[in-house]
Amino acid sequence: MQRAVKTELNRRSFIQLTTAATGGLLISLYLDKPLLNAQQPPPPKVYPPDAFVHVRRDGHVVITVNRLEFGQGVQTSLPMILADEMDADWSQVIAELAPAADVYKDPLFGIQMVGGSGSIAHSFQQYRELGAKTRAMLVAEAADRWKVTQDQCRTENSVVYGPGNRSARYADLADDAAKKPVPQNVKLKNASEFRIIGKRVPRLDSHSKCDGSQKFGLDLDLPGMKIALVAHPPVFGGRVKSIDDRDARSLDGVRDVFEIPLAKGSAVAVVADRFWTAKQARDRLKIDWDLSGLEHADTVQLLAKYKQLAATDGNVAINRGDAKAMDQIPPANRIVAEYEFPFLAHAPMEPLNATVKFEGDKAEAWVPSQFQTMDQAVIAEVLGLKPDKVTFHTEFAGGGFGRRATTDSHIPREAALIAKRFRGTPVKLIWSREDDVRGGYYRPMHVHRVEIGIGRDGMPVAWRHVVVGQSLLAGTPFAMMIKDGVDETAVEGTKDTSYEIPNFRVTAHHPTVNVPVLWWRSVGHTHNAFVMETLVDELATRAKADPIAYRQKLLKADAKKLRSVLELLDQKSGWRKTLPRGRAFGVACHESFDTAVACAVEVSIENKRPRIHRATVAVNCGLAVNPLTVESQFQGGLGFGLTQLVVKGAITLKDGHIEQRNFDGYAPPYIMEVPMTVDVHIVPSTEPPTGCGEPPVPVISPAVVNALSKLTGKRYRTLPLKTV
Amino acid sequence: MFASIRPLFVLVLFAITVSLTAKPARVNTASGLAAWDQVYSVLVSPRCINCHTATNYPQQGDDRHRHFANVVRGPDGFGVPGLNCISCHQESNADSTGVPGGLNWHLAPLSMQWQDVNDRPLSSAAVCRAVTDRSKNENMDGPALLKHHAEAFLVLWAWNPGRRPDGTMRTLPPISHDEFVAATRTWVEAGTPCPKGR
Amino acid sequence: MAKYRLTVNGSEKTVDVDPSTPLLWVLREELKMTGTKYGCGISACGACTVHVDGVATRSCVVPVSLIGKREIVTIEGVASDPVGRVVQSAWVEKDVVQCGYCQSGQIMSAVALLKATPNPTDTNIEESMGGNLCRCATYVRIREAIASASRQIKGAA
Repeated sequence: MQRAVKTELNRRSFIQLTTAATGGLLISLYLDKPLLNAQQPPPPKVYPPDAFVHVRRDGHVVITVNRLEFGQGVQTSLPMILADEMDADWSQVIAELAPAADVYKDPLFGIQMVGGSGSIAHSFQQYRELGAKTRAMLVAEAADRWKVTQDQCRTENSVVYGPGNRSARYADLADDAAKKPVPQNVKLKNASEFRIIGKRVPRLDSHSKCDGSQKFGLDLDLPGMKIALVAHPPVFGGRVKSIDDRDARSLDGVRDVFEIPLAKGSAVAVVADRFWTAKQARDRLKIDWDLSGLEHADTVQLLAKYKQLAATDGNVAINRGDAKAMDQIPPANRIVAEYEFPFLAHAPMEPLNATVKFEGDKAEAWVPSQFQTMDQAVIAEVLGLKPDKVTFHTEFAGGGFGRRATTDSHIPREAALIAKRFRGTPVKLIWSREDDVRGGYYRPMHVHRVEIGIGRDGMPVAWRHVVVGQSLLAGTPFAMMIKDGVDETAVEGTKDTSYEIPNFRVTAHHPTVNVPVLWWRSVGHTHNAFVMETLVDELATRAKADPIAYRQKLLKADAKKLRSVLELLDQKSGWRKTLPRGRAFGVACHESFDTAVACAVEVSIENKRPRIHRATVAVNCGLAVNPLTVESQFQGGLGFGLTQLVVKGAITLKDGHIEQRNFDGYAPPYIMEVPMTVDVHIVPSTEPPTGCGEPPVPVISPAVVNALSKLTGKRYRTLPLKTV
Repeated sequence: MFASIRPLFVLVLFAITVSLTAKPARVNTASGLAAWDQVYSVLVSPRCINCHTATNYPQQGDDRHRHFANVVRGPDGFGVPGLNCISCHQESNADSTGVPGGLNWHLAPLSMQWQDVNDRPLSSAAVCRAVTDRSKNENMDGPALLKHHAEAFLVLWAWNPGRRPDGTMRTLPPISHDEFVAATRTWVEAGTPCPKGR
Repeated sequence: MAKYRLTVNGSEKTVDVDPSTPLLWVLREELKMTGTKYGCGISACGACTVHVDGVATRSCVVPVSLIGKREIVTIEGVASDPVGRVVQSAWVEKDVVQCGYCQSGQIMSAVALLKATPNPTDTNIEESMGGNLCRCATYVRIREAIASASRQIKGAA
């Protein structure tokens, strides 16, 4: 890492660099077109250290994390960055999650959020500078006291050392140091000077998550708090016609039952003293719904329609080379493939929830939120307040995977609508697991149709690819980012492929469907990587080439990160050459969110299902701030990705109704369905860190299926894998 | 003269002895088989057969799908540590949460499997053979089988199976418990005949 | 509403609740013990796992009226069991948790497994832990932590 004297983030150049590279949340345009009302000031260019770090008298260093912690480890890795530059004693560090406030906005995206695998990537420099500035102020204070120069001082483990035997604890300097001017320029460490960054540092929140003391949003308990459940229409957009709540109200502890508006349609809220009372009351409601004039989405019908669309050219996402090149290829040298992908629910383990207390001229909210700025603004809007009158606490979340970042903030909106009628009383809105499984905001259904023309050397010469699926951005404040009828999030992973394919055409159809959809961990890469990596594997098989070697040949010369991981994977997966009978290996590689991943899995078929004995993963994420976190993210992300393959990994609709209700009908992977071991190898790098939250997800399903194809000779193009 | 009636005397004595010691075959075989048909219809109904599996898992529901959450038989049919049958199933039905319950909830032993490894119910003949095989049925004779059908807790449960999570009542076996016991009695009194065949 | 006397983590607690209330919600709302989690409400995920007379029990489906005099141990009290302590410390040592929401239930299930089978095979682990969902898929590290705990228990034996 170069010695970096630059301290101000150059946001414009950052935006240009990352807009092209960042998949998922492409909301950098937000900075040019404010989404929220003018009351939201733009994020500050300078971040005051005292909003991020506080040294207590007892020596504890409290570091404020500007992101939600929802499993990805950011409450450990961001403090590591700051603590290292600050030379703080790591054993004294405590992490806290930041409430909603301007200073905590993502430096790149300009809103307070977590997503797009951007926490470390966007806040690495920021937290380094915060740590360095804090250190500088502590040194300045010590130097003043000792009447020496700052150059004569050094720091280590929360102590400043001066000439002679002088020393002073940060704890004793902190109060006065905080009054010093914040330096404009600070020197950052060389990579060789890192003591914490780059080390396998155990999580700070382990103990509390192992002894039951960690509180999540759902665990919040406040004096006088009420519980709210909402009965939603059985078809999206339905409206309440009439409510018979006599039976519901007869239960002891039911406080109120009333209709609330939704963005589309309406619902019925039940407020009670206890969860179980609210649940029973809701079960007893007799609601007459108006479902007229609504599209009743149906999976079977949608599939048929999508397949029809896939057979036609869509809006052009990319068109490189000669569209007619395919005509030169004899049919025997072509592959034509159609892929089907279902709706997927995120189903984070902690059911969705939000707690709001309205006090007339102000309000307080407690939300395990991925989108604090937007959630706060919506609560304020509902309550008729300015956003800065809503004190917004970020609670720890039991998973998110994108589900807790909705552009319409529908969960906090419901909570605020209900809290409005209970002035002075905190109201905790809970979505039951059934509400969650049935409540929409899914990874959309997709159909892909691909035609590949293969050249004499076995490499693809022509590639025509049609993607059909709902646009995630349409109908949201980000809709203006849809260019020429193409939503980038639907084609990422295909359109921007690093494979060298001279005549390459990708088009997209975005049907409008009455099912709310949302980004699901790794977004468009979930289906695009599956298609690309299974087709490339098929090409490799046809060419009788080793799947790693074939990819290395097919990749563009400048695909540096992908090349580095394929090479590392090749080295670390020697086991694939000596597998016993009945076992096969499968390989996949993919780059997303600027991180490259290559994965090899060892698979057999047990009881008619894939048994994944092991996975070997090679990662290039630039500098790995916490290799232990990176390892965990990859072990876990692979497992999460297997949601796409498990038998009950699909949300389906029949005549507008969701057919699944809970984990009995939609069952994410259990322990026996993920790899038994996962060894993760990180390419050594001093490049700026890139994300690890989403990059593991796209590679696992194609890798497993590529192995299965070796075992059975079949191609698997319809997910989930109901049969093997 | 005595010498000529001795064989007849012995025969009559034999007949009297046999009639005193044999099971009273007051019901003929045809009626016994007809009664067995009724018994069989209960045994292969979901409330019973779902726990008489040939696999390492129970079934649930009227469609007899594999029980969710990967619950397994375990070494003795009571599940495994951490995931026992009684981890969820208590000693009576929990209607408020939709979990059925009864005393000592567990799977029938593999010796009492009434379906094949592909979850298909066995034939009437095969089930009858299994049920009457004293090396497999915990050494129950006809009267013991009757008592089992009349009184065993988990058998009685089938007619009081509680509510599903959605609040609806679980479906009952095709005949009432009284009819089931009566059919069993008839079948036992016929000497527990089994249909021929596989 | 009815009164119930429950023994939770060695202490007697009295609650006054609707008899049909699952034990989970009695623990969380009446006794304010939120370490036991609500994940699904139909016993499919294991986040609500407690011990009742030593048996791992999914508290979201057991009405409080069916508990009786049986002794309840929750995640908040499992450290008073030597196997519980070993498991919790193995979980920390192996950096198992990510979001952590399922881990109370995972630990309670693992403790039940290890108390009955101190030296479990891979199959034992999969069968006993096979009903516990982890959306973050920390399963690989859960296996490692159980193996580590098993070694420590063997070592102590």
